Amino acid sequence: MSDFTPNIQAFCCHYTSQQTCVEGKAGLQADGFPATVTLNRAVCTGKLQVSSLLKAFEDGADGVYVVGCPEDKCHNLMGSQRAAKRVAAIKKALAELGVEPERIEMFHLERGFHPELVAVAREMDKRIRALGPSPLKGESK
Amino acid sequence: MIVAERKPIDEIVRMTMSHDRILVLGCRGCVSVCSAGGEREVEILASLLRLGRRKEGKPVTVVEATLVRQCDREYIDGIDKWDGQYDAILSMACGVGVNFIANLRPTDMVYPAVNTSFFGGSAEQGVWSEQCAGCGNCILHLTGGLCPVARCAKSLMNGPCGGSQGGRCEIHPEVPCIWQAIHDRLERTGRKEQLLAISPIRDWSSAGHGGPRKIVRDDLTV
Repeated sequence: MSDFTPNIQAFCCHYTSQQTCVEGKAGLQADGFPATVTLNRAVCTGKLQVSSLLKAFEDGADGVYVVGCPEDKCHNLMGSQRAAKRVAAIKKALAELGVEPERIEMFHLERGFHPELVAVAREMDKRIRALGPSPLKGESK
Repeated sequence: MIVAERKPIDEIVRMTMSHDRILVLGCRGCVSVCSAGGEREVEILASLLRLGRRKEGKPVTVVEATLVRQCDREYIDGIDKWDGQYDAILSMACGVGVNFIANLRPTDMVYPAVNTSFFGGSAEQGVWSEQCAGCGNCILHLTGGLCPVARCAKSLMNGPCGGSQGGRCEIHPEVPCIWQAIHDRLERTGRKEQLLAISPIRDWSSAGHGGPRKIVRDDLTV
């Protein structure tokens, strides 16, 4: 397990991921952003479909998370609230399949530059390393 | 519309485990409107099915398709185009669709992906409530358009039970007492005296208690 390198897919909205545009991958990693996390930018997390997040698991993700605006301050009013409900629906489906629901998470962050973007990435990296490879990859059977 | 909801995914994975190629078949009718079995739900179920089967070490090939309806012969015949591509059909239609596939395709294995729940409407986004029981003998003209058969927990026909409190049902306090609502509506529309008429013991034979029901329209049959 110690040589496990997680594949974590993050889906961030345009507003919460502005830092990534300015700093670039190297700049983010210099801030402590884990290399195990791949950022996928979306115009708004409300645009993310359940099937898009499931596809990340199908494509081999060990963990998936969504970063949207604060619940009451979404640039598109309710986009991040919708995303949170979709993440919750996937948590329920993962639990039904006997998979840890914590493999997917929703975070609400302020837009722009802030250390929390790095903090949630590190939190997910730590969480997924502890959980180990996703059983949805079918490698344990 | 007919309201349904998807079965838990683990139940679906278990019931279809013996098949290696599954046609997940949606319906653009009622289950599409109530977001249980339309194109989007087919895409989600297909993904969950692949993930669930991979977890069990038995990967599956999933074909995704959606018919205009699954309650008419001509649309069921359209399944022919996927012949040879599946071992089983996982229908996301209501129970009518599953039965139609079983009726018309005698050698196809077919499984239900949803629980068909009730006849209802969308009270608000994401919320559906039962409005009609399909009892086959409509009395809505006597009750101000509000159905005590479907919406009273006891299907009472002569006013509320003794447990109604503050206009709420004693069985489900979150639900309005429909007899209170019937009373208020008839009063509001000046027809309260209708409530004085006694409903006789009801003949439930039209409600399916005598077996499957059928309607034949001679003006339409060929």
